[in-house]
Amino acid sequence: MKRRTLLAGLAGASALPMLGAPAIGQAAGVKIGLITTQSGPNAGLGREMVDGFNLGLRHAGGRLGGAATELVLGDDQFRPDAGKALAERMVQRDRVDIVTGVIFSNIMLAMADTVLRDRRGVFFINSNAGPSELAGKDCHPNFFSVSWQNDNTHEAMGQHMTNANIRRVYLMTPNYPAGRDALAGFKRFFKGEIAGEVYTQLGQTDYAAELAALRAARPDATYIFYPGGMGVAYIRQYGQLGLMQSIPLFAPSFSADQTILPGVGEAAIGMFSSTFWSESLGNPQNERFVRDFEASYNRIPSPYAAQSYDTAMLIDSALKATNGSIADKNAFRNAVRAANFNSVRGPFKFNANHFPIQNYYLTQIGRDERGRLVNQMRGVIFSAHGDAYAAQCRMRNA
Amino acid sequence: MTALLFLEQTLNGLQLGVTLFLMAAGLTLVFGIMNMVNLAHGSLYMMGAFFAATFVGWTGSFFLALPLAVAATFVLGLAVETLALRTLYGRDHLDQVLATFGLILFFNELVKIVWGPVSIFMDVPKALSGRVELIPGAPYPVYRLAVLAVGLAVAAGLWWLIARTRTGMLIRAGASNREMVGALGVDIKRLYTLVFALGAALAALAGVMAGPIYVVEIGMGDSMLIKTFVVIVIGGIGSIRGAFVAALIVGTVDTFGRVLPAQFGLPAAIAEMAIYILMAAVLFWKPAGLFGGRA
Repeated sequence: MKRRTLLAGLAGASALPMLGAPAIGQAAGVKIGLITTQSGPNAGLGREMVDGFNLGLRHAGGRLGGAATELVLGDDQFRPDAGKALAERMVQRDRVDIVTGVIFSNIMLAMADTVLRDRRGVFFINSNAGPSELAGKDCHPNFFSVSWQNDNTHEAMGQHMTNANIRRVYLMTPNYPAGRDALAGFKRFFKGEIAGEVYTQLGQTDYAAELAALRAARPDATYIFYPGGMGVAYIRQYGQLGLMQSIPLFAPSFSADQTILPGVGEAAIGMFSSTFWSESLGNPQNERFVRDFEASYNRIPSPYAAQSYDTAMLIDSALKATNGSIADKNAFRNAVRAANFNSVRGPFKFNANHFPIQNYYLTQIGRDERGRLVNQMRGVIFSAHGDAYAAQCRMRNA
Repeated sequence: MTALLFLEQTLNGLQLGVTLFLMAAGLTLVFGIMNMVNLAHGSLYMMGAFFAATFVGWTGSFFLALPLAVAATFVLGLAVETLALRTLYGRDHLDQVLATFGLILFFNELVKIVWGPVSIFMDVPKALSGRVELIPGAPYPVYRLAVLAVGLAVAAGLWWLIARTRTGMLIRAGASNREMVGALGVDIKRLYTLVFALGAALAALAGVMAGPIYVVEIGMGDSMLIKTFVVIVIGGIGSIRGAFVAALIVGTVDTFGRVLPAQFGLPAAIAEMAIYILMAAVLFWKPAGLFGGRA
């Protein structure tokens, strides 16, 4: 069976000579398994992960840290069982050194053991899902999250809405682990009153009934966590009912980023969101990332792409420190932990539980100079913010 | 729940119900007449929406795009029936489920290749973009009322087609005894193709109208399909009248099932179960469904 591999050589012809077996004294190279969702309604998110990583690889000259880099792509089909089977194949047959790219927490939790318990010492440097389990009691020396802990983005909006003195908030999310994490995170920092807390079905796209109940509850504002197509449907129906002005809508970046905005259209203008990164964040590495991403893929990147790009840059920095070798696991782990790279989000370092300590920003949706919908910066909510689970983590010395 | 909110939710339930009916009408005919389980019915709903989004882009008008998309899906239905499904009528249901599941994967991948993996935008037509205050204090989107009206009009049209025309007579005959219809010299193959394409067109109509409210994305028909199967099982397989009544019941039960449990502090999972509990209850007392002729 032909493997779906994408060699780094695609990014630059310079890498092609590395296809052959490594000569003695040369770095053995690094093999990275990128497992993400590439089919079904969430395929757009997977495309962001793949394109972001590939751009990072290209910026690193096709060789992360100077090591011959092979990228193995896999589609988890948005199914935990398929994700686990894929992880087994990549770890045991393809013998990858690093696994990354997983978007959904339920899929990641299904495969985490397979990756982390392998005797070769495989690293899981993930670029999206950040479930509380792996941040707290199940933290692992070989696990790193380059994105955030699931609660973080929601905590930021909870804090902002407290700061803005908004009193009664209505909460809505799909009924699944990340949805419950989201509202737990929001409520950790929101000090006002909860006017309602509604859990809808995962994948639901008709919200007429729930929105009628919301309007009847007369809250001051609404906070939602609806990623992907659910977010598109929700925001449009919110606008169609004429609620945008009377009951302002607040959301995390997952419901306001570039995977959502083209589907929502004008209805989203004015909506506030919280995020660790935005396409309009001004720092040199981010300006380069956004410019080159647009030039390559003809669209504005989303946070998913930024996370995946940063993961490539982080691995690049770690391999540079180890002279392109991942053979010494302790040396590589220490190099990753040092996080000695320029993140597109600005300041970045790892907490004791290997989750990020970073800033969270408030953005608002408006138009850029070309009339496209973008998330514009409106300020910093948290500076150097960690997560609530780090204290429960007893990191073993591996 | 106040009386006014109750009214508004009933309206929401009926609107969901007529959308389900458009899906169920085609599915129940195909199931009833050809004895064919077609899981790819949701894909036709999706194709209708994607065609419409494209035609809106080309013509700039939703009202032109709607008939074009329905016609395009009708033709697509003809092609799917002729090329893929015709060979499956004699097979058992498991083969049909496998083959039509394959069609779902085929159409999902096709959409990804042609339209890309991200949801695409389809706006509510300007003429229907406002709200009316039918119920005091609860302005209701005109577009949703239009969907309700179209759904009821199509239901009336289908009733006329089935009950008052020669084609309808053959469809009814086919639903109750297909061998006999064939033995009497009716070109059953042509009837099958026509019924399938008609079902495809109705699914497309549902998809087009759903486009501006929900989201035009890969796999958008899958969740509709499951509810649609519940509708045709409750209504009785092969019965258009059953599909209509059951669709309105399922739409209303689903709508209230989603908001009532929260009011009484019950877990959200109840909402997901409501229509299945209803289906189980109907099957217990009426195993052939509410209007099912055959057991």
